[in-house]
Amino acid sequence: MGDDAAVELAGYTAGWHDAGAKYKFKAEPGLSERLVRQMSEMKNEPQWMLDFRLRSFAHFQQRAMPHWGGNIALDFDSIYYYLKPDAGNSRAWEDVPTDIKNTFDRLGIPEAERTVLAGVGAQYDSESVYHNLQKAWVDKGVIFLDMDSGLREHEDIVRAHFGKVIPPEDNKFAALNSAVWSGGSFVYVPKGVQLDIPLQAYFRINADRAGQFERTLIIVEDGAFVHYIEGCTAPTYSSEALHSAVVEIIIKPGARVRYSTVQNWSANVYNLVTKRSVVMAGAKMEWLDGNIGSKLTMKYPGCVLTGEGAHGEVLSVAYAQTGQHQDTGSKMIHVAPGTTSRIISKSISKGEGRASYRGLVRVHSGARGARSNVECDALLLSETSRTDTYPYIEVDEDSAMVSHEARVSRVSEQQIFYLQQRGIPEDQAMALIVSGFIEPITKELPLEYAVELNRLIQMEMEGSVG
Amino acid sequence: MLKISGLQARVEQTPILKGVNFVVRPGEVHGIMGPNGCGKSTLARVIAGDPTYEVTAGTVEYNGANLLALSPDERAKAGLFLAFQYPMEIPGVSIGNFLRSALNTRREEPVPPLEFYGFLQEKLKELQLDEMWANRYVNEGFSGGEKKRNEILQMMVLNPSLCILDETDSGLDVDALRVVSEGVNSMRNAERSIIIVTHYERLLEYIQPDYCHVMLDGRIVKSADGVDLAREIDARGYESVRDEVAAGAL
Repeated sequence: MGDDAAVELAGYTAGWHDAGAKYKFKAEPGLSERLVRQMSEMKNEPQWMLDFRLRSFAHFQQRAMPHWGGNIALDFDSIYYYLKPDAGNSRAWEDVPTDIKNTFDRLGIPEAERTVLAGVGAQYDSESVYHNLQKAWVDKGVIFLDMDSGLREHEDIVRAHFGKVIPPEDNKFAALNSAVWSGGSFVYVPKGVQLDIPLQAYFRINADRAGQFERTLIIVEDGAFVHYIEGCTAPTYSSEALHSAVVEIIIKPGARVRYSTVQNWSANVYNLVTKRSVVMAGAKMEWLDGNIGSKLTMKYPGCVLTGEGAHGEVLSVAYAQTGQHQDTGSKMIHVAPGTTSRIISKSISKGEGRASYRGLVRVHSGARGARSNVECDALLLSETSRTDTYPYIEVDEDSAMVSHEARVSRVSEQQIFYLQQRGIPEDQAMALIVSGFIEPITKELPLEYAVELNRLIQMEMEGSVG
Repeated sequence: MLKISGLQARVEQTPILKGVNFVVRPGEVHGIMGPNGCGKSTLARVIAGDPTYEVTAGTVEYNGANLLALSPDERAKAGLFLAFQYPMEIPGVSIGNFLRSALNTRREEPVPPLEFYGFLQEKLKELQLDEMWANRYVNEGFSGGEKKRNEILQMMVLNPSLCILDETDSGLDVDALRVVSEGVNSMRNAERSIIIVTHYERLLEYIQPDYCHVMLDGRIVKSADGVDLAREIDARGYESVRDEVAAGAL
């Protein structure tokens, strides 16, 4: 299903009745049941998926906005939920803001990637690379497709798992995504398969490059391993104001998944994401979450530790400067005995930026011997920067051990002076201190990402110390 | 190399330096002693450009240029090095990474990593520091003695022309003191100058300065060749010098 087919359908006219009929499609803003039906029809989806979407839409309508977190000043009626006129394809390179283009230069992003990141031009032109990787996966029985294709080609597997980790009723934005999702990844890794090359989100070719309402489903069978990487450090320009993704991951016994995200959306974007993993006996989930961009991000990668000895981990870095609010953290739910979790959250606030840690650790009765450790560290770079911590700890099991440490620090004048006295100029000194602050997390990222992340932070520091 | 005239400085509203005059020529080693609060550490830090202090009068010339007009990093690149009395911790930044960054600010082309690490290992051996030292985070969790040795290591790597050691001996045991002194002595040559700010005479016995000075109440009040003045202080205390000043003998 590509853009071309969808545009052609716009030429058809008919009344509306049941599946099989064509609709008069006019791209217009706002969300309605009619739009949801049109979408599902255009994608040629099975009835159960349409029902799922409609149920989700109904819930979205009646569900209240969250009364916590950031300030979401969105006019839902003016957003395009599917196929916007002049979306993506017709945007020209000339329209991309100069500072974004300059950043691409300085980060050394190759030509082909720039157009994708800027939301212009055709698909990512790395045909041969993509196809070689594809063959390696196929040989091992791994499935890595965009979600729309995944639904079409592997309906049974999808149906068994879709919406089971994050039901539409979970929160208002999960409901929204469940109603209008498009694009995202479908990943299936068979028993015992260890994928040593990470799966990168931008290798899957999809129509909806802006990734507005991506839906990702990852299923990893017993004893398998996969590292999935989403996003990139280059600033990703989007004219779409709302990005609301859902990521569901199911990890069968003894398997391991690492999911790395570095998000750097342009400063106009509301990034409201629900990510959760079900972790079975002896299995392990690692979320690496980097939030650099967006106007407001609300994201709490979580794990439901359902099997004995399951382990969940979140390593998160958030950076907020003036005009930004990062409200991030994690949710760890301990259901089974012997489960463990670890959250390390590092946040950096500069100018009038606001970075908050919001986390939940819940231990159910019966989760004997569960252990959880949370460390949230905040670094304030200027007088007006702000950081808040909202830890929620709910323990119903006497034998559990739960700890929470929080630290707030400022970059001191003497630290900067010390580095300057070694010849390092002020803004480089600041960048060095910040990179040292996030080092426990960057050392877990693949080398190229760690290097990019540090360079990105260095650039953020330039010319604006204090 | 260094010429200080009538230097006055204060922290917030409190004057500390009240007219310091001091000259250092290339290749010279000077010791500066004085009781707590006399301003000797302040002098060291003001020369390095510590933003805590405000210079209210006087001049500092370094190789003919006005040092006070330069930022601390510019002064460092000009060849100035201060071994801090209380070195700062920089969590998450390894010593190796830190030193390589510092060294690269003085070079046209960054130093190749392998070459740098070979060079660093040599210096670690000289200071009897183990080879894993470079992986430790700068001063994080270091004992007082380790911090001081780390300062000397940095000095040996960065190759400065004017070294100021601010109470480097405090917190060092006898063995560490000897090792550090050997490190400092190995850097003596006809072009490089060293200023040693200290409380106690012992370090000056190891390093044998060309001149010694005593500071009292924000001024250098007495100077003499060699290490005799230090021995005199050790024997008779600072009070003896204070009496001489009061009596108008100085």
